[in-house]
Amino acid sequence: MMNMRISRELIASFAFVDRNFSLLKRYLGWELVFLCYSVINVITIGFIMVGRGDNSDVLYLVIGALMWGFLSVVFHEVSESVSWERWEGTIEYTFMAPILRFTHLAGSCSFAILYSMLRIGIVLALMPLFFDIDLSNANIPTAVVTLVISSLSFLGLGLMAAVLPLMSTEKGSYATHIMGSLLMLVSGVYYEVDVLPNWIRPFSVISPGTYTLRSMRAAIMNNASIAARLPDLVILLIIGIVLIPLGLWVFHLGEIYAKKTGKLKRSG
Amino acid sequence: MNALVCTNTSKFFKRWQKTKSNGNPHLLGRFKSSISRRREEIKAVDDISFNVDRGEIFGIVGPNGSGKSTLIRLICTLLLPDSGRIEVFGRDVVKEHFQVRQIINRVSVEASFFKKLSSMENLMYAARLYGVDSALAKQKAVEILSRLGFKEDRVTESMQELSRGMQQKVAIARALLTSPSLLLMDEPTTGLDPRSKRDVQEFVKEIREEQDTTVVITSHDMDEVDNLCDRVAIIDNVKFMALDTPIELKRLVGSDLENISLEDVFMKLTGKELEEADK
Repeated sequence: MMNMRISRELIASFAFVDRNFSLLKRYLGWELVFLCYSVINVITIGFIMVGRGDNSDVLYLVIGALMWGFLSVVFHEVSESVSWERWEGTIEYTFMAPILRFTHLAGSCSFAILYSMLRIGIVLALMPLFFDIDLSNANIPTAVVTLVISSLSFLGLGLMAAVLPLMSTEKGSYATHIMGSLLMLVSGVYYEVDVLPNWIRPFSVISPGTYTLRSMRAAIMNNASIAARLPDLVILLIIGIVLIPLGLWVFHLGEIYAKKTGKLKRSG
Repeated sequence: MNALVCTNTSKFFKRWQKTKSNGNPHLLGRFKSSISRRREEIKAVDDISFNVDRGEIFGIVGPNGSGKSTLIRLICTLLLPDSGRIEVFGRDVVKEHFQVRQIINRVSVEASFFKKLSSMENLMYAARLYGVDSALAKQKAVEILSRLGFKEDRVTESMQELSRGMQQKVAIARALLTSPSLLLMDEPTTGLDPRSKRDVQEFVKEIREEQDTTVVITSHDMDEVDNLCDRVAIIDNVKFMALDTPIELKRLVGSDLENISLEDVFMKLTGKELEEADK
């Protein structure tokens, strides 16, 4: 009985992944636009340093742009899953389906990670066409572990942000974008967080992006081992372990609020 | 056991309303009154009680904004009632929402699909959420759609290429794929051509006969509920005005039952025509 229930929930969770990949194929034109934008964004940022003749800084900026590309897509895919369903008009059907909310959100999160990896993989594969990047010093296992662990915390943040469009259709969406931009500001995507004004710096300490970027740069540029990056990785893991249940709980509260106030509907 | 029991159910919404200008001659005063707002409580459903028997087709008719859709959304767990209690086959829609969701489904006035996906992709997605085996769901979907006059070769077309009537037929197929014990239909025939309307109405009767499905249907169309429903509730201003069989409701107006319509009953009870109430 229990096994049947688990398998049913897994199938339902896969339904969200499959549905989103089917939609991705139907909106292929837009996907190409986004991909093109991501590639050009990374390239133009990298060329700033090429012009200055500093190859190590090229890698520094490219890692920042790539990682931010990955993490922001994870964040936005999860946080905008509610807005997207509202726009399509299917939100009521999804919320009245006999599945656990965890199953619904796990499906959205799984898609977000797979999709981000696919997008960043394509961007990464194109980089050698533009830059002479030396990856001989890269520690791939550390980079992969950083990527996986950091995804957890960004999923948690995404879950918390997803509740905003549930509570207020338009303003919630604005808030989600502001939240994403602030994360970028405080996480040191293109600079060390030390350059931030003192009053902003505490935010960089609590942002998972800070540890992700630091660990990823150390792994790719300085061959840092997992053991060497352990302090950052442990912090990232703790943030993820805290943020995912917190995100689910916040989402649950948001759902109750939406059901009380009548906001769980297509027109908001 | 009753399929649906609704006891003293009420729902209120709070909305911010701009307060009217107080005619203050000063610029600051005018500015203050232009931005000041107050919270107003709006009744959406007011103390409604009714039971629906298993296998019954139960109609709710009333003008726009009378509370029909809110009532349906309360039953299908998308809203929390402020007071009262709703039970579906003995299960409380608030405390046992997960179990309730397994035995209900809904057809809403808007088709509500992923527009770029085909009807079959949308139906398979819904089947997975309800734990229906894909092969069985595919077979069932084709059967239901063909019964509703939906050509099989169009199941791969995206939803946005289908007419409103065809989309609504897919919505009905989506609801019936899951074999619900209680089917909630919120104005399912609004905007359909007469032929599609008839197809849907016949199909509703058929599923009651064949699957013992209980149906709660809201409508604007008095003739539709008259022909289709075992009992009808007339709702106006978020309250039930009357609830009975169509014949008994007509008796409220007079004895010449053949020449009395439910529209006449509505007029007698509310003092206005349905169209007028819509405005």
